[in-house]
Amino acid sequence: MVNFIIDGKKITAEKGTMVLEAARANGIDIPTLCAHESVSRSGACRLCVVEAKKGKRAKIVTSCLYPVEEGIIIETKNERVMNVRRLVLQLLMARCPESEVIRDLAKQLGVDPQPRFNQDEDKGNCILCRSCVRVCEEVVGVSAIGFSCRGADKAVGPPFNEDSAVCIGCGACAFICPTGHIEMETTEDTRKIWGRTFKMKACSVCSRYFAPEDQLKYISKKTGVPLKELAVCTDCR
Amino acid sequence: MKKISTLDDLKKAGDKGLKSLFPGDVKIVVGMATSGIASGAGEVYEALKTEIKKRKLPYILTKTGSMGMDFIEPLIDVIEKDKPRLAYGKMTPDKVPQLIDQIVKGTIDKIRPVYRVDEEDIIAKREKKHYLTGAVPEYLKDIPTMYEVPFYKKQVKIATRNCGIIDPESIEEYIARGGYLSLHKALSAMSAEGIVEDVIKSGLRGRGGGGFPTGVKWQSCRRAEGDIKYVICNGDEGDPGAYMDRSVMEGDPHSVIEGMIIGAYAVGAQEGFIYVRNEYPLAVANLTKAIEDARGCGLLGKNIFGTNFNFDIKISKGAGAFVCGESTALMASLEGKAGEPRAKYIHTVEHGLWDRPSNLNNVETWANVPVIISRGGKWFSEIGVPHSTGTKVFSLVGKISNIGLVEVPMGISLKDIIYDIGGGIPGGNKFKAVQTGGPSGGCIPATMMNLSVDFDALWEAGSMMGSGGMIVMDEKTCMVDLARYFIEFLVSESCGKCTPCREGVRRMNDILHDICAGRGQEGDVEMLESMAKGIVDGSLCALGGSAPNPVLSTIKYFREEYDAHIKQKKCPAGVCRALIKYEINAKKCTGCTVCAKKCPSECISGVKKKVHKIDQKKCIKCGICMESCKFNAITVK
Repeated sequence: MVNFIIDGKKITAEKGTMVLEAARANGIDIPTLCAHESVSRSGACRLCVVEAKKGKRAKIVTSCLYPVEEGIIIETKNERVMNVRRLVLQLLMARCPESEVIRDLAKQLGVDPQPRFNQDEDKGNCILCRSCVRVCEEVVGVSAIGFSCRGADKAVGPPFNEDSAVCIGCGACAFICPTGHIEMETTEDTRKIWGRTFKMKACSVCSRYFAPEDQLKYISKKTGVPLKELAVCTDCR
Repeated sequence: MKKISTLDDLKKAGDKGLKSLFPGDVKIVVGMATSGIASGAGEVYEALKTEIKKRKLPYILTKTGSMGMDFIEPLIDVIEKDKPRLAYGKMTPDKVPQLIDQIVKGTIDKIRPVYRVDEEDIIAKREKKHYLTGAVPEYLKDIPTMYEVPFYKKQVKIATRNCGIIDPESIEEYIARGGYLSLHKALSAMSAEGIVEDVIKSGLRGRGGGGFPTGVKWQSCRRAEGDIKYVICNGDEGDPGAYMDRSVMEGDPHSVIEGMIIGAYAVGAQEGFIYVRNEYPLAVANLTKAIEDARGCGLLGKNIFGTNFNFDIKISKGAGAFVCGESTALMASLEGKAGEPRAKYIHTVEHGLWDRPSNLNNVETWANVPVIISRGGKWFSEIGVPHSTGTKVFSLVGKISNIGLVEVPMGISLKDIIYDIGGGIPGGNKFKAVQTGGPSGGCIPATMMNLSVDFDALWEAGSMMGSGGMIVMDEKTCMVDLARYFIEFLVSESCGKCTPCREGVRRMNDILHDICAGRGQEGDVEMLESMAKGIVDGSLCALGGSAPNPVLSTIKYFREEYDAHIKQKKCPAGVCRALIKYEINAKKCTGCTVCAKKCPSECISGVKKKVHKIDQKKCIKCGICMESCKFNAITVK
């Protein structure tokens, strides 16, 4: 076990625990946009920064990736930390002026938009948190989407922005997206995502459309469960 | 290629190299680094080849890497038996027949050499080899020796010890100058732990910019758990105006390879990678040849020097992303992934390439290693200043007379580099500032010219050593425009992974563009400072972490220029187009009509021999009129 301090509170946690988890387990809230329990950590959004003091050195670290250390003193809300969070939120508000999630989070932290920043019109609500890319690779296992370009031009999408041959239409990316940027439209028997239209499968018992056919085929191939068994929706199983 | 597995084999190969370095016949060596080729060295080489053939002379013609004096390229060396080596600058194909005449006649009356070299100081072997036997011939007495020339006087060459001297494609010439002797010493007479200790003792710090103690890094990697470890050479030099590493890779690839083999033995690695950008085709070619030759001799591969130590090197060509110079991004790229950095809370010496312990050093760092091993860590630590030992290679560029590749002992003053080595500012202009550390570094003003060039002093001044680009600026450089230039570079090179760097640096760029365009607002400077703080603190890697440095340092030292742009809407240096005005001084204008003819927007009018006038509405502020006026009648305000 490791002993350390967060915001003046003595805390003990298992070795390997990240500061973010240790703080949350002790009722200390740290805002995040890119740390999701289903996927690995990327440290991209930089909202969860905290100050870590070791001896005389105090540095800003991302709490989602920083493992707890014996004797370390963490501050989650001092001015230096808040300066980074304020900047990150103002930058994200300028990038995604339409995003309610960002606006609400900023309001919660008392951050106003920065009028000196020009507002983007072409980024939608995407904050490049990478959750969608990670879930598609790590959880679903198809890597249908990834990044193109770099810097401010960086964007998420299928390779060359063409219809992805490997996408199974599962919608995990849309589900995990913290800002609702990824558009997924499901009607009765079809689902549209990333420009492709998927045929939905109707449950062989209740006839309700419940999953894309491609997704069921993929699950069957991966697990060895016959497609016929997967043709029954979870409610009827 | 003959196998080299004993000291005797090495000596034999070295003897062969000595014969080509100190030949019995006349030998002409052309500086064919990228800078040389760009200045026309290829044409000079061809002209020499043709002329030698035409006259049926028994001369030897070879190539070498960067000779350093880029301001007078193409450069060639002429070596004759028992005579000093003579260096000639500004060669052209036209001058070739004259030069050959001179050699045949034994004169220097038409083309004067820049300097002569009587003896070669072979630093890795601690010995001198003489070109000259007996007294200096009468006709060469007026020619200064290399170390009498101000450009070289204060230089000490360790990392670039062979650049511009050996043929980079000849392993024998490298061996002749002490090459692979250190590797033999390391493998036969030193323990891995002993090597690490000697490198720690040397005080060598990473030359890529970070300045982390190399020996300490090696020790951590050596102690890290794992059977498979890697050593990596970072050759992803990408700062605008920097070409130190390129010069070493092009001119002396074996020094990097030998350093890596020694490092691999010390940390316990079996495989090494050289990550070099594909925009350096000559570096890639010379490294490839050097690796093949070293492998052919058995200096790479299994049982090196008859020991049970196995090691080999692969080259990985980068696509030129600046961020790939960052160690974790470089490793991601080596793995075939997009070049994006990751948080370094877990060090790469423990979990690096493919999650294995990996020791990454920069080209120049590796090139220093063989000399440290041969001469000892203590010897190296006595060069330079405490905490910044040894030498540093700089590429001296910008508004400076002697543009070139220089290697100086740490602790030398900026003044010495700029005035003594660099020859000062051309055109009688005033020296204003120098940018060290590239886009991640900062500007140091002329008032701090006595500053010691070492890791800590530069850091305290708000700049950094960086990898060694040194851009000199004169009074005609606008510091706001300069900050905008570097920030714009970083906007296009940010990988886009983390918010502060991806979004923050481009917003700083927007504000700087506004200031340069006369749209600056009251409070912009404070805004930039506050953003810089957040970006430095909040960015994922050193690219974002150091991106605001050019802005912060120019604000620190040239605040009045920012204020002039924002408050008076003026650019004191006369650079920012939206804020300047070209005018014709009626007293000086002779009505020669040159400016009117040269103006691309046809905005200058006037009759011959009468004062001309600029139509401000049509003027695009290109400055061509001012450049073309022989009477200094056009001013910019």
